[in-house]
Amino acid sequence: MKLSILVNEGPYQHQAADSALQFVKAALEKGHEIFRVFFYHDGVNNGTRFAIPPQDDRNITVEWSKLAESHKLDLVVCIAAAQRRGILDENEAKRQGKSGDNIAPGFRISGLGQLIEAGIQAERLVVFGD
Amino acid sequence: MAEPWEEEEGPVKKFMFVNRKAPYGTIYALESLEVVLISAAFDQDVSLVFMDDGVYQLKKGQDTKGIGMKNFSPTYRALEGYDIETLYVEKESMESRGLSADDMIVPVEVLGKDELTSLMEEQDVLLSF
Repeated sequence: MKLSILVNEGPYQHQAADSALQFVKAALEKGHEIFRVFFYHDGVNNGTRFAIPPQDDRNITVEWSKLAESHKLDLVVCIAAAQRRGILDENEAKRQGKSGDNIAPGFRISGLGQLIEAGIQAERLVVFGD
Repeated sequence: MAEPWEEEEGPVKKFMFVNRKAPYGTIYALESLEVVLISAAFDQDVSLVFMDDGVYQLKKGQDTKGIGMKNFSPTYRALEGYDIETLYVEKESMESRGLSADDMIVPVEVLGKDELTSLMEEQDVLLSF
């Protein structure tokens, strides 16, 4: 089945971030297709490479990046939600006059239209949130 | 003049946005409204549901001066201009909060939870905020 995923909560703060990651792993293992993973609300915080969880804990962002690389996942962070929360890619950092970017490998920043398109294109949109 | 995305006819799906949170206190309501406005550009069959504390999002006469936040409730009145006219309020949520359809900033259709359940069954995409 072709699935799209919406992640609405931030890592470590809320189980939804872990559940989304585990769901995507399980779906891929079962041979399902992931059309896109869209990060919204505090979910955009899953996409910063500047987070440093304790060493004996899981690193959710690194796991997403690895998964993106091994399965060519499309990980999209909402630009409006990202700007509010200080998640920037190189272009946005330049455009906004900020000194650096923090988007993690495998993630890209784009508009909310990508979420609607994900809903249109996939057979199921699965929402992970509060 | 047609916008580029209006020129090709793609699939039309039933999108339902379910709003369950109070308008202030968390950002869910405001950011949900941002998605709803964007969805209008995709020519989909869009409806909105307000339930639980989400019914307060439509309450008339919101005054946010004291909390230093923008009052975004007038935006719900603009939805009509985006061809988003189907707004449902869950009866049980509304009544248990002492509200009626007259307290709402826009015309709404009040549905009981059973009717709403069957309506949700018909949707292709359900987004819950």
